[in-house]
Amino acid sequence: MYTTSSQTIGPYLHIGMAWAVDPEFAGPAVKGERITVEGRIVDGDGSAVSDAMLEIWQANAQGRYAHPDDTRELSLDDGFMGWGRVTTDEDGRFRFRTIKPGRVPGANGMQAPHLNVTVFMRGMLKQLVTRIYFSGDAANDEDPVLKLVPESRRDTLVARPGNGVLEWNIVLQGRGETVFFVI
Amino acid sequence: MNAKHQQGPAGYRGYDRDTQPDYLYPPYASTVKRSPSQPLVPMQATLSEITGPVFGFDRILANDADLTKQGAGDPIGERIVVTGRVLDGNARPVPHTLVEIWQANSAGRYPHRRDNHDAPIDPNFHGAGRTITDAQGRYRFVTIKPGEYPWRNHYNAWRPAHIHFSVFGPSFLTRLITQMYFPGDPLLEYDPMFMSIPDAQARQRLVSTFDWEHTIPEQALGYRFDIVLRGRDETPAENPFAA
Repeated sequence: MYTTSSQTIGPYLHIGMAWAVDPEFAGPAVKGERITVEGRIVDGDGSAVSDAMLEIWQANAQGRYAHPDDTRELSLDDGFMGWGRVTTDEDGRFRFRTIKPGRVPGANGMQAPHLNVTVFMRGMLKQLVTRIYFSGDAANDEDPVLKLVPESRRDTLVARPGNGVLEWNIVLQGRGETVFFVI
Repeated sequence: MNAKHQQGPAGYRGYDRDTQPDYLYPPYASTVKRSPSQPLVPMQATLSEITGPVFGFDRILANDADLTKQGAGDPIGERIVVTGRVLDGNARPVPHTLVEIWQANSAGRYPHRRDNHDAPIDPNFHGAGRTITDAQGRYRFVTIKPGEYPWRNHYNAWRPAHIHFSVFGPSFLTRLITQMYFPGDPLLEYDPMFMSIPDAQARQRLVSTFDWEHTIPEQALGYRFDIVLRGRDETPAENPFAA
């Protein structure tokens, strides 16, 4: 059967999506290093994208996904789904708090800790997919997915500490354009 | 041996040719500055992508699937039933997955601060619904037929009547946001969003079909809209639908 075609989320996404928007992905009982990720989405003119939605999918601190296909014997955290949804404000900014995920297996060895990101917005007819890695993590050097990315563009996938948060931005087009994946 | 087999569960097949729009589609003006200029980086699915969020029934409330029962009174407009199945590319139902919808009211107005179209707000219509598919992948909403409305993409631009659909499926890779249209809408062929899909048959699959079976006498017309998510890799022996 043919896959249904994608269409844009449009400008009024908040009507349908807001009920599940919550910048706190992990309750107080969830184990792991607490992180806050902040950033901004800009278009090819450097203008703020004020009507975008991000969805984040991640493993817990043990590196276990709360999903039936992750059958490894690693503990799950009660009440941690590993998923969150946020939208951008008038200035194109977003912010969420979660725990840093553990390492998970990849095609050729273990992957470095990362968050999986899906991007939706008006003016985008199908989602874009990218990743957030963590600055200074020793595992980044051996990550099989980062190795697929030209070295000059890898920075766009790495969140950097500053002012007590991790900063990670999305540039949709042009200078410093964020790396997006096709899977 | 293929790397993905070393990980256990199978990966997902790519999208069928010409069924998906490109990021850059200049007739839809907002794509011009919001589409990547660099090629996307191809990668193999890993455990991160073949897994995805699992939503519980606990987050769904009684009237979430009946958009005519969310206000103090009855909304204005033509009551309709919208129902269908969520399937995967191997024609199997996708059970227990979250389906979210949102739409304009019968006058073509969204209850949203950025919608300044001069058409009435309906205080009894909030325009959002959600449900979880049953064991056979079925979903069902009761709602009001949405109105067409103008937008500023080009001179005298009007969106055909549509309902936005958001579906998750079993993994990060099956995520889909789309729009359902109505049969016989004269605006479809002039709509850049609809026309952004290269394949005419793929476009047609976004148009719901009138459905007597789900029409309720003296109550509501029924429309059927099936959604097909990406399917997992299978060997031809396992999959009678493989090419």
